[in-house]
Amino acid sequence: MIGQTIAAIATGLTESGIGIIRISGPESYEIAKKIFRKKNGSVPELSESHKVHYGFILSQAAEEHVSRETSGQILDEVLMLNMKGPRSYTGEDTIEIDCHGGILMMKRVLDTVLRAGARLAEPGEFTKRAFLNGRLDLSQAEAVIDVINAKNDRALKASVAQLKGSVSEKIRKCRETLLEDTAYIEAALDDPEHIELTGFSEKLLRDVEQTEQTLGRLISSSEDGRLMKEGINTAIVGKPNAGKSSLLNVLLGEERAIVTDIAGTTRDTLEETINLRGVTLNMVDTAGIRNTEDTVEKIGVERALKAARNADLVIYVADASVPLDDSDRRIIAFLSQEEKKTIVLLNKNDLAGMVSEREIRELLPEDTCILSISAKHEVGIEELEQRIEEMFYTGSLSYNDELYITSARQKEALVKAAAALRQVRESVEQGMSEDFYSIDLMNAYTELGYILGEEVDEDLVNEIFSKFCMGK
Amino acid sequence: MNHYIEEYYDVIVVGAGHAGCEAALACARLGLKTLVFTVSVDSIALMPCNPNIGGTSKGHLVCELDALGGEMGKCIDDTFIQSKMLNKSKGPAVHSLRAQADKMAYIGRMRKTLENTENLRIKQGEVAELVTEPCPEQERADGQPEQKAGQDKKKIAGVKTTSGAFYHAKKVILCTGVYLNARCIYGEVSEHTGPNGLRAANQLTASLMAQGIPVRRFKTGTPARVDRRSIDFSKMEEQKGDEELRPFSFSNEPWDIQREQVSCWLTYTNEKTHEIIRSNIGRSPLFSGDIVGTGPRYCPSIEDKVVKFPEKDRHQIFVEPEGLYTNEMYLSGMSSSLPEDVQHAMIRTMPGFEHAEIVRNAYAIEYDCIDATCLRPTLEFKEISGLYAAGQINGSSGYEEAAVQGFMAGVNAALSACGREEVVLDRSDGYIGVLIDDLVTKESHEPYRMMTSRAEYRLLLRQDNADLRLRETGYRIGLVSRQEYEAFLEKKRMIAEEIERMEKTIAGSNEKVNAFLEKHGSATLPDSRGVSFAELIKRPELSYELLSEIDSQRKPLPWRVCEQVNIEIKYEGYIRRQMQQVEHFKKLEKKKLPKDLDYEALSGLRLEARQKLNKIRPENIGQAGRISGVSPADISVLMIYLEQMGKGTDK
Repeated sequence: MIGQTIAAIATGLTESGIGIIRISGPESYEIAKKIFRKKNGSVPELSESHKVHYGFILSQAAEEHVSRETSGQILDEVLMLNMKGPRSYTGEDTIEIDCHGGILMMKRVLDTVLRAGARLAEPGEFTKRAFLNGRLDLSQAEAVIDVINAKNDRALKASVAQLKGSVSEKIRKCRETLLEDTAYIEAALDDPEHIELTGFSEKLLRDVEQTEQTLGRLISSSEDGRLMKEGINTAIVGKPNAGKSSLLNVLLGEERAIVTDIAGTTRDTLEETINLRGVTLNMVDTAGIRNTEDTVEKIGVERALKAARNADLVIYVADASVPLDDSDRRIIAFLSQEEKKTIVLLNKNDLAGMVSEREIRELLPEDTCILSISAKHEVGIEELEQRIEEMFYTGSLSYNDELYITSARQKEALVKAAAALRQVRESVEQGMSEDFYSIDLMNAYTELGYILGEEVDEDLVNEIFSKFCMGK
Repeated sequence: MNHYIEEYYDVIVVGAGHAGCEAALACARLGLKTLVFTVSVDSIALMPCNPNIGGTSKGHLVCELDALGGEMGKCIDDTFIQSKMLNKSKGPAVHSLRAQADKMAYIGRMRKTLENTENLRIKQGEVAELVTEPCPEQERADGQPEQKAGQDKKKIAGVKTTSGAFYHAKKVILCTGVYLNARCIYGEVSEHTGPNGLRAANQLTASLMAQGIPVRRFKTGTPARVDRRSIDFSKMEEQKGDEELRPFSFSNEPWDIQREQVSCWLTYTNEKTHEIIRSNIGRSPLFSGDIVGTGPRYCPSIEDKVVKFPEKDRHQIFVEPEGLYTNEMYLSGMSSSLPEDVQHAMIRTMPGFEHAEIVRNAYAIEYDCIDATCLRPTLEFKEISGLYAAGQINGSSGYEEAAVQGFMAGVNAALSACGREEVVLDRSDGYIGVLIDDLVTKESHEPYRMMTSRAEYRLLLRQDNADLRLRETGYRIGLVSRQEYEAFLEKKRMIAEEIERMEKTIAGSNEKVNAFLEKHGSATLPDSRGVSFAELIKRPELSYELLSEIDSQRKPLPWRVCEQVNIEIKYEGYIRRQMQQVEHFKKLEKKKLPKDLDYEALSGLRLEARQKLNKIRPENIGQAGRISGVSPADISVLMIYLEQMGKGTDK
């Protein structure tokens, strides 16, 4: 809703770039005064619009026992720009903070802004506000809608897909417990003559405390980014025997690759995280499709394309020793259609070449990077790494910024869920009656549902009917 | 062709059950010439199932209806034979009043009211056909340009009965209950009748379908009735009514409704009962597939319970009198469609029922109803102007759910006939708003029952403050008398004044106050620091009532005022939080969507959203967001379109 103050990272997230945090809405100036200090420690003077201020962002006191951040520490040296509405992009009071310190710093500054009272912007929300405030032309409405849809689609995809399996499992368990307890209370309230609540608050308190602990742990993990599978989602595609597995093995080679495997996380069998010259790649290894020798080659291609569709970068390995066949043509058609960032590797350059660079270049966008390599003999690998590094540092390839937004959104939901549970605990401790609990229990349940991308709607009613024998 | 009767009315109500009675009374009282049809005058306001009014969340509905000027609350206050406040140990939001009715007294009282209301005529007969005519161009909503969705719009002209008579009317309200193509079933027996063997209405469904109204089939059931003389109550637990009585109606006081109460009784099924059910389950029409209608999960038959919850070794059965006029006892919890001989055998396994004589068998009933998403929140059909539907025909269940819908449909038909603005209650106004919004927005696949968990703002939607929420609206409609309204204003004034006094009066740290606090197990006040009475009321162990001991300035106030003062102060924090949520909710409710908007043309919406929105055609952005399959992103997109069209803003 217009009326709330929103914030987000407004620029792409590249490791070297300067990032802009944008804050828009009635409280944006207040927030700036809370978190920004000039070099001499004074509060910035914002009465004059469109002025650049130099200073520091200070960390904000986090909510008790949900975060380890402490207050008042200098986070980053920044430039801050204040724009009085309606002379801003959104038409509202707006603050923009240019921070220096890379992705992690941008995230921490955004966190600070959120903690100071802003809410995370929905996908496309700045544009939406600009439109609703009359800053964009009516003819641009379609474009605004496209932005919202595109951003939303990507955010949704990122939201669940990026969550680590173990994390969603934990959240799902918490939700189950909350729903079960709420349903019990509600069933008893609706049918007091059949279902008894005496003594239930003790069990509830135990459940709530346990859930709070779990959420607390998840919140601390979220501050280290440990909830998410981070990195550039990279899919290696190619027909069977093109050399995908060999390529991956080379990239995974001991000297170069660091494979992260944090204890307690379930690693997806087809995924490897690789750090190449400081760039984190989250490899989706479609080479893991084993049954391609059978006649089900087609299925293999389908699965590879699906992985490629969700990737930020596609490495297409072509077997240059045999002519292009239908599988290759399907992959190429897909790549040109989806406009994916692509690196084409003409593998097996140690054998007689049956595929030329020109042949492929004609079918793909002009700027597609095509390299000739031999995975088996480790020829051309150096160049490949260099190209990936270049793409990243020139910004043509970036971490999925939706991922960071999602990650912040998920943390926000965790914090809100924890706060709702604290309310429940307080209500129990104050001896409030059971009907007061369920409102906050359901709030926590709903918040956790956002993380998993699940709708709430009829859950409670369904749970009541399935678990409890109701009525006349 | 003029051999048939032809008459003219403002409003025709089809059916005189709980929905029909409230609809007809509302219309007639608002001065419209009203005709109500019933298949049998003897079945006006019939209670063919449970012998009580109210209960959890239903009690809320009755109180709200009363605040608005409905009849049900007054009628049950006059005719109850036992009254009980449920959930008394819980918070005030879930306190729910339930009264056992003397069924005969109740229907007699309601019938008399109908018969003696000016402008109201009752006619025994079966309506067979709806007559419509094309909707004239100028009656399109808001003079908006004609769009595809509005093309087939029709207007009601009247109804024809099975006798061929034609009754013209400006408005028609369908309150057909469970009578459309009704079929009662137990065991292998299947009879094409309504409840209690009353005749079904077998022709109207075809007319509804011919008008393009989506029809479906639901099922419900009722337990057996047993002769009181054959029951041994010494083997059961007695369930007495409350000693302190409280009326449903805001126009009644406790001393108006004092009377001797009768008891209900509690017994249990056991393993033997369950064994009989299990070994005969194949003979149940529900399990054999003879019944196709969808039944309610909240009101399962005893065989359903036994099958679905095999781990429970007993189920409670409440034995409730049907009235003072009869020996029949209602077996709450025992609804069934098992064959007669199985019913006899299973009932006799329960303590106290060893020699029980069944008067009426339990049965399941199947009936036609409509998909209520074809209605506007006023309960008027989207495609047929002037036609309304209320009660079980809309897929709800329960007397109270029916009554409030009948009232709202009646009010809106009458207001519209008089050219006045319609009244829609939203989810923050009352349970009535929640009920109707759910019915017309969410596709329900079983009979819908009200539940407190469906009301997201339930701390605000209490029985005790239904008048504070709705009296004003009732008065504006014209169904609350000047006298009742003035009493309400006076009450409101007293509440505000007393709350202010509580906030301003300071309890000093003195001997008297601390002795009082100590006595009630409450922390004493530190030296030299006083706190307001309001602060003390907030303490769990104290209350407004208890504070009278140290409140020397207190004047005697009506009990309803005292109650409000206590609740509003005690739960202030929770109430404030919910008010904030309501504020947010209201913003979206105010963003109106054009009636004839063609969502198929809005390409930015996802396919599913387009289809759902085109089907339900919500009134505002808030309602749109509650449709399953419409995502927050779709709502953003919708707001952009609205802005682009320059409509729907609340500026």
